Amino acid sequence: MNSLLRRSIFPLYSNTRKIPSRLFADVAVKDKIDDIVKKNKVVVFMKGVPDAPRCGFSNAVVQIMRMHAVPYESHDVLSDENLRQGIKDYSNWPTIPQVFINGEFVGGCDIMLQMHQSGELVEELKKVGIKSALLTAEETKKEEA
Amino acid sequence: MVYTEEYIKDKLIKELDAVHVEVVDDSDGCGAKFSVVVVSDKFQGKPLLARHKLVNSVLQEELKTIHAFSQKTLTVEQWNK
Repeated sequence: MNSLLRRSIFPLYSNTRKIPSRLFADVAVKDKIDDIVKKNKVVVFMKGVPDAPRCGFSNAVVQIMRMHAVPYESHDVLSDENLRQGIKDYSNWPTIPQVFINGEFVGGCDIMLQMHQSGELVEELKKVGIKSALLTAEETKKEEA
Repeated sequence: MVYTEEYIKDKLIKELDAVHVEVVDDSDGCGAKFSVVVVSDKFQGKPLLARHKLVNSVLQEELKTIHAFSQKTLTVEQWNK
């Protein structure tokens, strides 16, 4: 009886022990990203840092954020390989940069550019209590006129 | 695997019933950087993110090696304007 138990339980046990080490890393990075995007209103995952972007697409997103004077937290995926893959899995989006507003994945460079051009970005920012600098500039112009 | 403009264009037309597709290889030949314009009525009623995700899903395998991918997604009505 004892040997039967051992035989039936042990193979299972040793199998499950091998899987979690990878699963654990995935869960850890997912939790970390969850935490990051929920703690900050606007988060940008990019290549490089805002003062020195290391990719044209990341740079474009930084410039858009600058134009709207959006306060945001940025994370450099080039300095963290787990994050680089983890963020793609998290949002089911294959490329970097990635922008999150209020914990929600909004898009990459193309979508940010199009939202900027259509005025949608101003509206999305307004929803989370961020007033775009472009809006402020427009109002000042109207008051002067 | 190196993908060509032609290959990506054919796939998008086929999978998305696209009426118009433009594909430009911006990579100087290494096949890792593309810009696409896709016109399809499958985008009707879908927000931008959903449209881009739809295109990404068609090219799921290819996007593992294409690291720069820029897209414009339009419905037939938007395209005709």
